[in-house]
Amino acid sequence: MAARENILEALRRAARAVALPDLPKGGARFADRRRQLGEALASVGGTCVPVADRAAADRALATLAIYREAKKIVSLVPGVGASSLEIGAVSDPHELEGLDVAVLPGTLAVAENGAVWIDGSVLPHRALFVIPEHLVLVVDAAAIVDDMHEAYARLAELPVGYGVFISGPSKTADIEQALVIGAQGARSCTLLLVGPMGERPAI
Amino acid sequence: MSGHPEAAARFVADDAKAHWHDQSLWWVRKKRDAAAATVPDWEALRSAAARIKEHTLGRLADYLEEFEKNAVRSGAKVWFASDAAEHNAIVHRILAERGITRLVKSKSMLTEECHLNPYLEARGITVTDTDLGERIVQLRHEPPSHIVLPAIHLKKEEIGELFHGELGTDKGASDPKYLTEAARQHLRRRFLEAGAGLTGVNFAVAATGGIVVCTNEGNADMGTALPPVHIACMGVEKLVPRLEELAVFVRLLARSATGQPVTTYTTHFHGPRPDGELHIVVVDNGRSAQLANDTFRRSLSCIRCGACMNTCPVFRRSGGYSYGFVVPGPIGSVLAPGRDVGAHRTLPFASSLCGSCSDVCPVRIDLHHEILAWRQEIVRRKLVPVWKRAAMRLLAFILRFAFLYRLGAWLVRRMTPILPRAIVYSRWNVWGRQRELPPMPRRSFRALYRSRHGRA
Repeated sequence: MAARENILEALRRAARAVALPDLPKGGARFADRRRQLGEALASVGGTCVPVADRAAADRALATLAIYREAKKIVSLVPGVGASSLEIGAVSDPHELEGLDVAVLPGTLAVAENGAVWIDGSVLPHRALFVIPEHLVLVVDAAAIVDDMHEAYARLAELPVGYGVFISGPSKTADIEQALVIGAQGARSCTLLLVGPMGERPAI
Repeated sequence: MSGHPEAAARFVADDAKAHWHDQSLWWVRKKRDAAAATVPDWEALRSAAARIKEHTLGRLADYLEEFEKNAVRSGAKVWFASDAAEHNAIVHRILAERGITRLVKSKSMLTEECHLNPYLEARGITVTDTDLGERIVQLRHEPPSHIVLPAIHLKKEEIGELFHGELGTDKGASDPKYLTEAARQHLRRRFLEAGAGLTGVNFAVAATGGIVVCTNEGNADMGTALPPVHIACMGVEKLVPRLEELAVFVRLLARSATGQPVTTYTTHFHGPRPDGELHIVVVDNGRSAQLANDTFRRSLSCIRCGACMNTCPVFRRSGGYSYGFVVPGPIGSVLAPGRDVGAHRTLPFASSLCGSCSDVCPVRIDLHHEILAWRQEIVRRKLVPVWKRAAMRLLAFILRFAFLYRLGAWLVRRMTPILPRAIVYSRWNVWGRQRELPPMPRRSFRALYRSRHGRA
């Protein structure tokens, strides 16, 4: 492959030795991570609902209009919501078109920006987080980190794979900078934050 | 060839719209400021980002090899393209070999740079740009006018009219919510019908072999989760060493671009779907040449946030199309001459050199210095008009002798008020075309200074 060799050679000719810098220590630190997370999520059009445990999460979900009115539901979180279709039987992601609600587990949530990490290995289909009309994420309150430095430090300890940070519902401002929620993906994003907050995670 | 001044003149001919464009972008700039202010270590973050880029660009070949090795291990196929033609041929080959005729694309400035869409369309492939702004300009047969806000130059009424004709929305309807919903339904069908999805790449992580794609709409995710084939096109400069460094850029990107704390979706691809394929096309197309140039190599640090455009007093008042290059604004004025200095010779002059671009750049590219360096290069290569070179030479001569300067200034002070307007505002007075000259002072600064402080 000539292109590969040519590119690498040209880049080698342009090489300069510059040390990798120490990264900023500290980043964002919040006294009340849960509150900050709720505010950050609200600022991007999402909703954060703290609940005591999974049973309470299930009850909270049942009160949501988006859930009560939903016909086609997939929940990947045991004990929270009831699936109306057997996701294991879905072989083609195109069959998920028309999905009203997906309830997905998040590995961690980031206080500075409201982002929740969804580990791709728990998703039978990648479309599950983007194709439903409404998205419900379930995260342990003990798994809130302050900022993205902390989040990626956590992820670096996990096996490398497909995954996504989701911060609020799908949105666009491409027409005259007017914010419209529900562009191509979910029209709403609700985070059920389960349990007590726990100590600041050690990195 | 028409340059920036001619194209800008067309833009400002619609005075009300030009002001609206200016204000729209300034509003985005203010949102960026507010977002930056929430991050206590913002300036340290920018410095770290600048340094990480400098380091990574300094040993790009090694990182690229590391990336390739890890990406292949995760199951991706990595292709290399020296230029736009090779890039387009690779993408077409991937599609043609699988008999794919419908492609959905999320935003990729690289494919704009390579003119991929017309190349594929000429070969029977239906290409749908799926970012709302990009879909709008695609339906108008226009390129994006801004790298983050592709349809920032359009009023909602114009988009309403376009959608009425193309998507069958109600005549006269211009509510952004209504129009966005119509586009959602239209694009949903395109996603479901597509045989492949193409995305750009915001970051490529050498240590993991992964690529990261950031969107707010979720269009990159729809386009990669439904069709089984994912093609990701990236310039060689997109690499970062590890996830640790990635964190720095993810914190900077959306805040600098739109003032959001992070994009809605920040998707990390490591290998293909179990039932699919991932092709990563790595493109040079002039980047290694720019990197070899010590004056302009820092421009390759750009993460395409668009902050320099939103703040630039010239961009805001002249519009993206006035630059005539895939990446407009201050960064475009540095990148474009690197490709073809003759064709883009007017761009480095489309700047007030105020330095605002350098101040907001999340990776601290010395934009206004590089713009100035291009001016010098362009003058050296005699690519400025003869009259301008002659005027500069005359001025340089006058400034060399104090008495000539004093004489000249005296003549201007005395003659300007008494000469007829037809002469003072003749076609040679470019400055006076849109505005009045200031009233001439009776005494020179030198005389004033001497009268107050004794001898100058």
